[in-house]
Amino acid sequence: MHSLISKRAVVAGDPWVRLEGGAGDAPPATDLLVPLRTWLDARDRLLDRCGRVGVQLEPGDDPALLAGDVECLPLVAVHFPALTDGRGFSIGRLLRERHGYQGELRATGPLTRDALFYLARCGFDSFELREGEDPAAALSEFDAFEAVYQGAVDRGAPFDRRAPAAADAA
Amino acid sequence: MYQYDTIDRSLVRNRVDQFRRQTERFLSGALTEDEFRPLRLQNGLYVQRHAPMLRVAIPYGMLNATQLRRLAHIARTYDRGYGHFSTRQNIQFNWPALARVPDILGELAEVDMHAIQTSGNCIRNTTVDHLAGVAPDEVLNPLVYAELIRQWSTLHPEFAFLPRKFKIALSGSPEDRAAVMVHDIGLKAVFDYDGRPGFTVVVGGGLGRTPIIGHVVREFLPATHLLTYLDAILRVYNLHGRRDNKYKARIKILVKELGVAEFRRQVEHEWSFLEGGPGTLPPSEIARVDARFTRPAYRSLPQVSTGLERHLRDDAAFARWVARNVHPHRMSGYAAVTISLKKTGVPPGDITAAQMDGVADLAERCSFGELRVTHEQNLVLADVERDALFRLWTGLTALDLAAANRGLITNVIACPGGDFCSLANAVSIPVAAAIQQRFDDLDYLHDVGEVDLNISGCMNSCGHHHVGHIGILGVDKNGQEWYQISIGGRQGPDASLGKVIGPSFARADVPDVIERLVEVYLRERDSDAERFIDTVQRVGVEPFKRNVYALVDQ
Ligand code: SF4
Repeated sequence: MHSLISKRAVVAGDPWVRLEGGAGDAPPATDLLVPLRTWLDARDRLLDRCGRVGVQLEPGDDPALLAGDVECLPLVAVHFPALTDGRGFSIGRLLRERHGYQGELRATGPLTRDALFYLARCGFDSFELREGEDPAAALSEFDAFEAVYQGAVDRGAPFDRRAPAAADAA
Repeated sequence: MYQYDTIDRSLVRNRVDQFRRQTERFLSGALTEDEFRPLRLQNGLYVQRHAPMLRVAIPYGMLNATQLRRLAHIARTYDRGYGHFSTRQNIQFNWPALARVPDILGELAEVDMHAIQTSGNCIRNTTVDHLAGVAPDEVLNPLVYAELIRQWSTLHPEFAFLPRKFKIALSGSPEDRAAVMVHDIGLKAVFDYDGRPGFTVVVGGGLGRTPIIGHVVREFLPATHLLTYLDAILRVYNLHGRRDNKYKARIKILVKELGVAEFRRQVEHEWSFLEGGPGTLPPSEIARVDARFTRPAYRSLPQVSTGLERHLRDDAAFARWVARNVHPHRMSGYAAVTISLKKTGVPPGDITAAQMDGVADLAERCSFGELRVTHEQNLVLADVERDALFRLWTGLTALDLAAANRGLITNVIACPGGDFCSLANAVSIPVAAAIQQRFDDLDYLHDVGEVDLNISGCMNSCGHHHVGHIGILGVDKNGQEWYQISIGGRQGPDASLGKVIGPSFARADVPDVIERLVEVYLRERDSDAERFIDTVQRVGVEPFKRNVYALVDQ
């Protein structure tokens, strides 16, 4: 079982349930994480449920398809099949910086603590870690670097030579 | 040279600590081999044929004497007493122990060096003209922009895991000594009508299995927009570059598959959101980085040095070295000097720890304590008083580093090949040595004149054989080492790719084949001034082919 970090803390239980099968099969009161396709096909029906709905993006998905939905989604998850598939980093920044998404942005997949620093800079604030990875020990990796060069989600102005913004983003 | 500030330093130190933790987790089993691989690669650590190989970054080829002495110390302490300069202006150590690599990185950090992003699928070291800042033909000193790119690309959170490695080249002069046409992104300095500095942006060039000359994506990009435009290109590539086949994953394939027009449209679309945004370079930032470069305190000197003239008359070997290895300088009375690492019998680019120490001393005595690494695997002292050339040459002779072959056929550019690299089809270093031996006669060598000869041990083309006037590529024929030979490649503003002359050759035949090619050139050239490459261009490949394969058919 994977573990979960959110807002720089270890989270015990994950309220979100992945939808298996069609949108009609969903138990009404659960918080559902659905694939982009399902969301686009059954948006209104999903929103009528009493549980919350989040969208799971795959690395090939175009985040612009959620541009009109950023206000009503409490969770967008981006799947990283492996750390080396870096598309999700761009997707995270696009959701935050271009589409103005402000809800929870979660990185999913077989990740280790080594991804956290980059992910947080790209706007992610919750993280699945693969089984066997110690989430409490992983937390210090958010502070692996005292300073950075570029602007990113955590830090708009790249040239004022200061440390990445602390806990407020991640 | 750029001087680190506290932020540069903290970042490099933090990186060493992070990699130490990662190495420990790998050695304890907490990280799998597959998980550790991308992490170690981004810290310059390959696993190759005999042992791990550590590639240390030399940002845009600039190095100071203190750093070179530290590299010598590392070669002695952690390796077998030598290092190897690669065609990427970096240095490689072939024998470090994995568990000690964090210590090596710690030693490097003390002298403001690192191995960050020297391999892996990320933005690599920027290639810059090795005569940057001193070449008389330069229109813009590219070093400040190279440093800005270094900072922008270092630990870029969005582009750490690209489809494939990514290399940027930057040239400040029309001569283009940085090979901008054959990089993922090439930037050529230009000025617009108002005299504003900027760059022509070339994308999608590259060597490797599918050699392609890059395409101009933007004729003029004002320098202030450099980093946002790079962000736009990289984002299009990161999202859409192929990840299903590593041989099709470079940006050149994306540009080819989309077509240049569509690729340009996507980049410009992406850039429309970034243009003028926070990543735009304010003049104050360019000035800030510029101010962190030390500048040589040149003396005002006459152009002609009488002492030098006398030595040139009296000493033929010195005169030969000056003719080959000394280059003009924009300052009167100064010269730039190539230190050839291509002595016959020494693997191209190899240098011993003692030689590194010796060169560091000479750099301090004769060239403001700085030096550069060239993509031809040589070193350059960029700011030598012409009066000091003889003293420098004497010092280099004592170090066995005075080979007078810059630009000649024995200045072989070769990848490590099958002796070290596990991807190789064939060895390259012994082939280089055999060719150097064949051209050992100095009069003959100088009569043949300028020839770029490049050797790669496989299609990955680390020896840049496509752009050699003569290119040699190791191929595998039923488990045997064979060599395919091409001619007519060249670097520079009119870069072109060599043409294969025909079926490949056994290793033992290669020196004969090269000699045959040179024979045709000597017979066909219209004067001493016509170089090998010019003759190939004028008469075509046919006469060369005929002469070579007549040999094989006998
Ligand atoms: S060209 Fe091939 S053999 Fe040579 S170093 Fe590169 S990968 Fe290895």
